[in-house]
Amino acid sequence: MTASPSLVDLRGITKTFLGVAANDDIDFDVRAGEVHALLGENGAGKSTLMNVLCGLYRPDRGQIFLSGQETAFRTPRDAIAAGIGMVHQHFMLIPVQTVWENMILGQDGFGFVLSKKAICRRIGELADQYGLHVDPEVPVWQLSVGEQQRVAILRMLFSEAKVLILDEPTAVLTPQEARQLFATLRRMREEGHGVVFISHKLDEVAEISDRVTILRKGRKINTVRTSGVGPEELAEMMIGSRVVPAVNKRAAVTGETVFRAQELSVLNDKDLPALEGLSLELRRGEILGLAGVDGNGQTELCEALVGLRRLQSGRIFFNEREMTGASVRDFLGDDIRYIPADRRGTGLVPTMNLRENYVLRHYWREAFRKGPFMNWEAVAGQTGRVTERFDVVTPSLGVPVRMLSGGNLQKLMLARELDGNPRVVVAMQPTWGLDVGATAFVRERLLEAREKGAAVLLVSEDLEELLALSDRLAVIHKGRIMGLLEDPRRATEETLGLMMAGRPLTSPKEGD
Amino acid sequence: MALRVEKRFDVPRWMDWGLPLISFALALAVGALLLGLLGVSPLKAYGEMIRGSLGDGYGISETIVKAIPIALCGLAVALAFTMVVWNIGAEGQLVAGALAATAAVRFFPLESPFLMIPLMVLVAAAAGGLWAAFAGWLKARWSVNEIITTLMMNYIAILGLEYFVYGPWRDPMSLGFPLTPTFHDAARLPQLFGTRVHYGLFLALLVAFLLRTALRWSRWGYEIRVIGQNPRAAAYAGMATSHHIVLTLFLSGAIAGLAGMGEVAGLQGRLQPGFSVGYGFTAIIVAWLARLNPFAILVVSFFMGALLVGGDTLQVVMRLPLSSVQVLQGLILFFVLAGEFFRNYKVCLRRREDA
Ligand SMILES: Nc1ncnc2c1ncn2[C@@H]1O[C@H](COP(=O)(O)OP(=O)(O)OP(=O)(O)O)[C@@H](O)[C@H]1O
Ligand SMILES: [Mg+2]
Repeated sequence: MTASPSLVDLRGITKTFLGVAANDDIDFDVRAGEVHALLGENGAGKSTLMNVLCGLYRPDRGQIFLSGQETAFRTPRDAIAAGIGMVHQHFMLIPVQTVWENMILGQDGFGFVLSKKAICRRIGELADQYGLHVDPEVPVWQLSVGEQQRVAILRMLFSEAKVLILDEPTAVLTPQEARQLFATLRRMREEGHGVVFISHKLDEVAEISDRVTILRKGRKINTVRTSGVGPEELAEMMIGSRVVPAVNKRAAVTGETVFRAQELSVLNDKDLPALEGLSLELRRGEILGLAGVDGNGQTELCEALVGLRRLQSGRIFFNEREMTGASVRDFLGDDIRYIPADRRGTGLVPTMNLRENYVLRHYWREAFRKGPFMNWEAVAGQTGRVTERFDVVTPSLGVPVRMLSGGNLQKLMLARELDGNPRVVVAMQPTWGLDVGATAFVRERLLEAREKGAAVLLVSEDLEELLALSDRLAVIHKGRIMGLLEDPRRATEETLGLMMAGRPLTSPKEGD
Repeated sequence: MALRVEKRFDVPRWMDWGLPLISFALALAVGALLLGLLGVSPLKAYGEMIRGSLGDGYGISETIVKAIPIALCGLAVALAFTMVVWNIGAEGQLVAGALAATAAVRFFPLESPFLMIPLMVLVAAAAGGLWAAFAGWLKARWSVNEIITTLMMNYIAILGLEYFVYGPWRDPMSLGFPLTPTFHDAARLPQLFGTRVHYGLFLALLVAFLLRTALRWSRWGYEIRVIGQNPRAAAYAGMATSHHIVLTLFLSGAIAGLAGMGEVAGLQGRLQPGFSVGYGFTAIIVAWLARLNPFAILVVSFFMGALLVGGDTLQVVMRLPLSSVQVLQGLILFFVLAGEFFRNYKVCLRRREDA
């Protein structure tokens, strides 16, 4: 097989932040008609390299060749004009603007020329062609993270990019959506596009990619044909000879019900009903998995459970104490923790540093105050301790967290919510964007919390993760629980699929 | 050729202090052109301004006199801006403070300055604070846009001031001038070294120090910074945003109220219309130029004071109208805002064919 010509060719790219080389002399090329996967641990420099390719960062050293011609991108718009589109790890959409308005931002030739109707029609066509359905009239802030992802991909398709870069696109997709995306990517490959695909999931890389480039600590380890290597070899190149400990789910003593939600009804941000009379019980020392297609009320449920969303009706009890209408602070005071899916929008303050973000949910505690003042020394000590324990890689504790890599940002938030002695943990997609090692570590922490008697609600779209960790498994659809499986290991994908599509579980015992 | 605007992702550090300086210089340059059009040598005009405002002890003291209310109002709005609440009403809050201080003198004329002055400080702060907090309450309770309410309340306060000095509080001995009677001695802020620089200076320094400390080190300061930078995260952290909106606007207004008290008790010794030449509006420029840093606000206020005093000199020495000085100020605001734009965006020229 002869290699097809390179669409773009990066040579000797070096990019340094605060004296640390995020990319160190990296060569990387994308050919027409291939999917090129980029692998590496959290903070290895994948996003940085792709940000250089899409014109967001200017490299300190190195060259970019477009079909053999040396070029320099001064801005993302230059790169878009040259046919390079990127879906960022944290999609860069404008929250207050609608889906269709986001399509034309930062692009040439639209807006004045195309009418809104034409844009919406084009969105509709693309959505049909690639199975990415969203309402073009909705402002982006009202969309779930998964829906925002779709918008970001649509936006890239809309700009008719020749080289498509997807930075961890599947992290926020359901397996079905991921399969759909892969079908899309294959079609693009056939049409002669070049696709860069970043993922931490080795099976996905094996399935979709033609070549793989592995980065480790800012350096390129190798570029190989995917068909020629096995997952062990890839892992070895990524992390060296270290072994990722297997996550062992030990038997835990499930105790009595500690957290009870009765007949919850809440509205979503559009003031439409999100939950309609949903009831849920969490037991001491268990992980209750909650499966469901994104956007079926998971976020609203989690927010209602931790005091962040007002109840229209229904009641919440913790240890038989009524918490209905209690403040976020009350829930926090009882060590009821929450890991939101929207890290940068809700879970963190991107412009503040690691200390200020670590203390975000604890700043009112005795340990971190001196009268009316913050005890920043104590905060720094504690932040240093947990970032070390959770292996958060950062130049210092004083940098704004928006400078952290996606995975490290996530680890910082997890460190904050899982540290100490949580009694209840409401976790949405806790392993999104984490590398293999960090995923194992975080699952281990969730299991540890469970063994220490915490009740854990694990909301995920990753069935494999749910099945691996849950003691019981519930399925949510349109704001209602479709059924509760006491023994998830005996669930078939088919039953789960049906429940996720809205068919209630009918067991002989329940009659109807 | 086409002009393109791109969002910046990495803001170079030098821009924090460099851009305001460049803006300032450009404003002076354009001002020079205008002065030239008026038939005045810009070099001579700027020379006179510098000489008048910074050239001797008297000039410097007058500059400080003007800088005091600007600094206090600048600190006031900077506090609100830190929380991303747009308090455009420092002028009205300043007037409310001055009115309250005058009312205290009129209705509770105490003999001892050690009682009278604290009373005036208290009522002026309370009046300015309540004036602003009302807008805060409307925002917290009904999501009423604070830009509009604080702006409108300026005019209510200014008209209120005119009502009192033309009406019930007018000095019967004033021969029909709209003035209140002069305050008794115990109600006068002491002045320093025989200049007109009054103890309001210490108030400004104290407030700057307290604000700096509070924002950086206190729990409250941390809360309002989080609310300003990510309101969703603030809710997630259990911060009471509405409560903070009202409280912070109260404090913001209170600081502006102190400025009003300083003007009547430290300078004029009576209330009269037009005692503030728009200090509350100038303060917005100042807070912006200083990037909301309290100590930087002190420095920038000094320069603004110099600009005002220099403007007075221009009027007297070169017989230029007052409005020419105001044009100069407007130019500075314009260029600072433009500079802010270049901080967030970059503009580049590109040829059509590579589009
Ligand atoms: N804007 C920035 N300023 C400072 N440091 C940065 C910036 N962007 C990235 N870094 C640093 O560069 C390193 C590489 O980050 P990058 O985002 O490229 O990692 P990544 O491979 O995409 O990781 P992840 O899988 O976690 O997303 C990290 O250590 C990060 O802290
Ligand atoms: Mg990344």
